[in-house]
Amino acid sequence: MRFSDEFESRFSEMLTHYPTKRSALVPTLLYAQDEIGYLSDEAISEIAGRVDLTELEVRNVISYYSMLTTKPRGKYNVQVCTNIACLLRGGEEILDHCKGKLGIGHKGTTADGLFSLEEVECIGACSWAPAAQVNYDFHENLTAEKMDRVLEAYRKKETQ
Amino acid sequence: MADLVSHPDEVKVVSKRFGQGAANIDRYLELDGYKAVQKALAMKPDDLITLVKDSGLRGRGGAGFNAGLKWSFVPKQSAKPKYILCNGDESEPGTCKDRLIFEHDPHAVIEGVMIAGIAVGSHTGYIYIRGEYRYLSEIMQKAIRDAYTKGFLGKNIFGSGYDFDVYWHGGAGAYEVGEESALMESLEGKRGIPRIRPPFPAVVGLWGGPTVINNAETLASVPPIILGGADWYAKLGTPKNGGTRLFCLSGHLNRPGVYELPMGYNLKKMIYEVGGGIPEGRKLKAVVPGGSSTPVLTPEEIDVPMDFDSLAKAGSMLGSGGLVVVDDSTCMVKFALRIMKFYQHESCGWCIPCREGTDWLKKTLIRFHSGGGVKKDIDNIQYLSENMLGRTFCPLGDAAAMPTISIVKKFRKEFEEHLDGKPCPFEKAAVEQLPVLA
Repeated sequence: MRFSDEFESRFSEMLTHYPTKRSALVPTLLYAQDEIGYLSDEAISEIAGRVDLTELEVRNVISYYSMLTTKPRGKYNVQVCTNIACLLRGGEEILDHCKGKLGIGHKGTTADGLFSLEEVECIGACSWAPAAQVNYDFHENLTAEKMDRVLEAYRKKETQ
Repeated sequence: MADLVSHPDEVKVVSKRFGQGAANIDRYLELDGYKAVQKALAMKPDDLITLVKDSGLRGRGGAGFNAGLKWSFVPKQSAKPKYILCNGDESEPGTCKDRLIFEHDPHAVIEGVMIAGIAVGSHTGYIYIRGEYRYLSEIMQKAIRDAYTKGFLGKNIFGSGYDFDVYWHGGAGAYEVGEESALMESLEGKRGIPRIRPPFPAVVGLWGGPTVINNAETLASVPPIILGGADWYAKLGTPKNGGTRLFCLSGHLNRPGVYELPMGYNLKKMIYEVGGGIPEGRKLKAVVPGGSSTPVLTPEEIDVPMDFDSLAKAGSMLGSGGLVVVDDSTCMVKFALRIMKFYQHESCGWCIPCREGTDWLKKTLIRFHSGGGVKKDIDNIQYLSENMLGRTFCPLGDAAAMPTISIVKKFRKEFEEHLDGKPCPFEKAAVEQLPVLA
């Protein structure tokens, strides 16, 4: 299994940061997931070998962290926050709007594989609520119209 | 990225470089950057600890423990390496301040970590940033690289003969990891399950070595304290509550945003003047003063100075500085339910009172809010919450219990309005959701 050169240089640098190999595990898993889209069996086995852990130990860690997934999902993961600060300013309405617009529910993926949708816990955008993240990009002070424009921009990005 | 706001009452200490391009190291140097660490290197470590202790700087993550006192617990001699761990796993609902520090002033965090290291005799610091904050982790990685390039980090920093290394570390989505012992587990590449204490991290921490864990805002407050002095900083706030803090104003406000105000600033003023009051002429119903885990206050309780001790006296907590304002169009049962859903989702499941307590409370609140509640549920919600208090490995159980108890006590009438299969009075659509009553 091959990762990008960027991944490799990041990984080898990270190993020098800690007294134990496994300390690099959590950020490494996230970077691997960013490349493949999810943590495949192959990736898990590869990473486990590199940090001297069993696959089971690695899976045990994966299942703890909400951003890590072993299932494929859409290219753009739309994560709508509905925690208290967002709730008060229409976060649930934004989530419902996305459900309708994309035709999928929580943790669903569109048939073309472009979008996934997720209701998430606080993403640290409380003063700019309601907010969502598409992959790592923050979109704040959302309205239904603004959310439409955000989704459209990603759709366009794909066709270009 | 996130918009900056300002108000005439602000006293900018931690936020003084916000919006000024200080993520660039040369700009940071122009704005007094890396001066404090040089001053610290010339001081005796014990004097450094005393200075920070006297400044009244208290933990900005929520616990409010005196930072200098925390540093003083680290043993002088240690067979294992000592570590500084910056907690940037900001995840408490209502809190979005560390994000601005990492974005606008990453070098201030690095400098704070270095000074903490010099004070306790550590040579290695880690800056842990939550996984969702990827763009901030990029900013921080660049800041660290730039500091190495300038020779500010690594061997013999500033010609002092002192070596200091700083590394970044990233999470992958877990509120629980913000708890200090779970944070260390996560950094060691494990599930973020809290450790039993004692031993405390100051004695046995990362990889068994003595470890100081401070919130990002706490550490970013250290360089200005070194330069400005303990007296100056202490006097900005109220007795035993030195300095300023970043208050994250959110919810039903005309001007939400992150404002830096002196410790002890009046809560009512914060809502009506700084935050611009409540939109559309609606009335205040409740305030979450310091992040979702803190007991809510009613409109009668808001004439209070925002510092750790005053809020404790008022029966709540200053917590993480996340102020969530709730107006009278909000259903408090639903609000309590959303808070509980969060804690149930984030409970690591390690200890039973929290794992089972949050789950049953969530189930009860869902049923209750949708009209399937019975009278004894109200007491049961309170009873279950009270039985979590102080009975869990880490404060997550308390964090779930405290707001819930306060909401049941202060808004019992709203719970009663949901009884007998009645639809939620605050939701027009609730009629369609009416469930079958048990």
